[in-house]
Amino acid sequence: MGTTVEQFPPYRGGDDHGHEHHAHHDPGFWRTYIFSTDHKIIGIQYGFTALCFMLFGFFLMLLMRWQIAHPGQPVPFIGPLLEQILGPTMAGKGAISPDLYNSFGAMHGTIMVFLAVVPLAFAAFGNYVVPLMIGAPDMAFPRVNMASYQAYVLGGVVMLVSFFIPGGAAQAGWTSYSPLATSIPTHGQAFWLVGMVLLITSSLLGAVNFIATIIQLRAPGMTWMRLPFFVWAQFVTAFLLLLAFPPLEAAGIMQLMDNLAHTSFFLPTGLAIGGHLAHVSGGGSPLLWQHLFWFLGHPEVYVLILPAMGIVCEILANNTRKPIWGYKSLVYSALAIGFLSFIVWAHHMYLTGMGTKIATFFQATTMIISIPSVIILTCLLISLWGGSIRFNTPMLFVLGFLPMFGIGGLTGLPLGLAPSDIYLHDTYYVIAHFHYVVAPGTIFALFAGIYYWFPKMTGRMMNEFWGRVHFWGSFVFMNVVFLPMFAQGMEGMLRRMADGGVNYSAARVPGALATLPDTIMEMHTWILWGAMALGLAQIPFIINLFWSIKHGEEAKSDNPWDSTTLEWQTPTPPPHGNFATPPRICRGPYEYSVPGHAADFTPQNEPDVPVAAPKISPAPAGH
Amino acid sequence: MEIPYAVQPRPDTGIYNAKIGIWLFLMSEVMLFGALFSAYVLLRVGAVPGEWPHGWLNVTLGTINTLVLALSAITTLLAWVACKTRQFAKFKFFHACTLLLALTFLCIKGYEYHDKWIHYEIQLTDGRIADGHLRENNPKEDYVVIEGRYVTDEKDLYDLRVQKGIQTGEIKIPRAQIKEMENYGPWHNTYLALYFTLTGLHALHILGGSIVIGYLWGPGRRMWKTDPERFTNRVEVSGLFWHFVDLVWIFLFPVLYLT
Repeated sequence: MGTTVEQFPPYRGGDDHGHEHHAHHDPGFWRTYIFSTDHKIIGIQYGFTALCFMLFGFFLMLLMRWQIAHPGQPVPFIGPLLEQILGPTMAGKGAISPDLYNSFGAMHGTIMVFLAVVPLAFAAFGNYVVPLMIGAPDMAFPRVNMASYQAYVLGGVVMLVSFFIPGGAAQAGWTSYSPLATSIPTHGQAFWLVGMVLLITSSLLGAVNFIATIIQLRAPGMTWMRLPFFVWAQFVTAFLLLLAFPPLEAAGIMQLMDNLAHTSFFLPTGLAIGGHLAHVSGGGSPLLWQHLFWFLGHPEVYVLILPAMGIVCEILANNTRKPIWGYKSLVYSALAIGFLSFIVWAHHMYLTGMGTKIATFFQATTMIISIPSVIILTCLLISLWGGSIRFNTPMLFVLGFLPMFGIGGLTGLPLGLAPSDIYLHDTYYVIAHFHYVVAPGTIFALFAGIYYWFPKMTGRMMNEFWGRVHFWGSFVFMNVVFLPMFAQGMEGMLRRMADGGVNYSAARVPGALATLPDTIMEMHTWILWGAMALGLAQIPFIINLFWSIKHGEEAKSDNPWDSTTLEWQTPTPPPHGNFATPPRICRGPYEYSVPGHAADFTPQNEPDVPVAAPKISPAPAGH
Repeated sequence: MEIPYAVQPRPDTGIYNAKIGIWLFLMSEVMLFGALFSAYVLLRVGAVPGEWPHGWLNVTLGTINTLVLALSAITTLLAWVACKTRQFAKFKFFHACTLLLALTFLCIKGYEYHDKWIHYEIQLTDGRIADGHLRENNPKEDYVVIEGRYVTDEKDLYDLRVQKGIQTGEIKIPRAQIKEMENYGPWHNTYLALYFTLTGLHALHILGGSIVIGYLWGPGRRMWKTDPERFTNRVEVSGLFWHFVDLVWIFLFPVLYLT
């Protein structure tokens, strides 16, 4: 890489101390890969760490699915290991205890949302791609960027350590509702809160950095309406993180006080724990926690989905070889989502006994926010119309994203309306709904992004055949896992039951209207096998990812997908400082198949074709 | 490689990078303290009528601290002006004042915390409550001594806005008579929980701001010789943070001390 850097002099404003730069070129292994301030390395660090956490979160889910399908039976292979590591109270004889199930449930959610999907979608792709796309040499604050990654790792470590403390990790769900979160006898909750404060710090630093970078470091000519939609999506996401996370931080500090300093922010007067009056001063409000949590929690949903939509939009335009339909509608919809996502949070709380007037307000805003989401999806769908589509792996994942996110979004409507939500609340229907949005939705877009930008990061392509195996395996088994959950939920199967509903179903309580039918209970087994197969389908991806770094087919050029956006108009991999010459942007992001052009794509930095100047004929002689 | 607009403002936005960064950071700080103040409002509105404490804090000390912070805002501004007009000696003087004022604030705050920490509410076996500052608590002796008074009902302790008529004195209480004693820490009631959390977080911000200003005043001042423009920007950015922290106190003071 050192030679590449020599070839491409760094981007800089003045030449006043240019001679110093040669001294910086070989910073050594630690500064290059561990304590790097280069946005591309930090992006890859984020991506790698987040993928590891995603795999870990997936394993937690596999263990839970085993417990749900075979309650109380020892986990095959891993059971004895669990007992050895976590002790007989947690995993006696290799079977998962209800406490352990609860902590797996809480940590699966926490890890997947805060340690896997957001860092991958926002921090990893955002870090790597956004500065390249806007023509910037790096992020606005490279050292803050490094600090952001370090805070993230530290937060992840604190979360992981909490599994091994006496009493185990947090058990109150990823939502950590008080007073439950304060009354479970484990310090896992305190670890969870400290971990969350670190993760919030990390995303705060990241968000400030992203917004400042996008506002300040756009290359000359990169006007707001020439930004690729991915950049817009990251811009709105950064604002959501910036403004929605601090209230959760405030709530986290207060719950930490409740846990450690024995205050009563969220503990009501007369709270009884285990049949005894709790020794607390009381006067707190459990609802206050829910409000503060969901004030983050709902914008967080859009933090998960907006970057995914951005990735989908880039890959879709590139592989349909035509401009995105309705670029401006996409941008304004993303902005509208950003604003509206702050006033819908209480639709998670219809069952808390809020008045019908308040419920009406939140139902209305919830229905309104679905409009921009539908506009975005519609624009993306219409963009397919009349395109000559290239069906490569990234495009397959994108095409998988569209209907899967559609299912996830549409099944959310009954949850946004109080009358139907009161029935569906806390059932597997909710689980199915939000997993359709995040798992075959966002995660498919993330896979697409990895396959798409891999050649820019390494100069090599990922294997196409195994990419297709990965896609079809994931596509089929995602649906095997999540589709039955809609049926289970509508039958009334509740979430968060450590035995998969066996006791609930077996309780032939006199006067109870119905129990869960056997067909519903049998679905647990299908889901278990579906989840195992889904795990197997990821193996080709993992091997493909690492194998292709060294042995993949070499990319045919710096721009193997014939793309228009700026990140492909750099050397591969982009050197420190990114661009060989400071780019100047002349056109919008999606100029594919422009009539009259030789190639079917026109890069954003390609100068306008000079119009042949009309020849001035010399004055005829003898005039 | 150099990041553009790290020192000079970008022509179309009219602002340099760090300044936009600090304003964004302050936006998130507004949301952080906004959430805490919302918690205050919700918990206070939801409190049992007549059981919300009034007049528990020393208004004189609070007023002094308000003035101290207001003064430090002025010296921060003057320090920045001194940098802008390239008068480094003045900068050093004004920011020395800022640091001293911050230290004064923290000392007064510490004294107030201590005052609450040694303030005990002691429930006696005969149903009365002894309330006051702990003077003697030797584990070898079978009594404790407080400087305070007896009340018959906990409700009598809530409203202390009118101090007239409250007689205090040294009270010696045998340990055998004590049913339960608890100091005025954050666990004592919701008001104190809010007081300690809000002012504690604010004090941490004061501490953080002081460290940054202290760095610029001390080891960080080397930059003045190499890049005065950038140094001035740093003073401005840290000053913006300091003004925000002052502003938070302007809200905390009436909310906690005066109502």
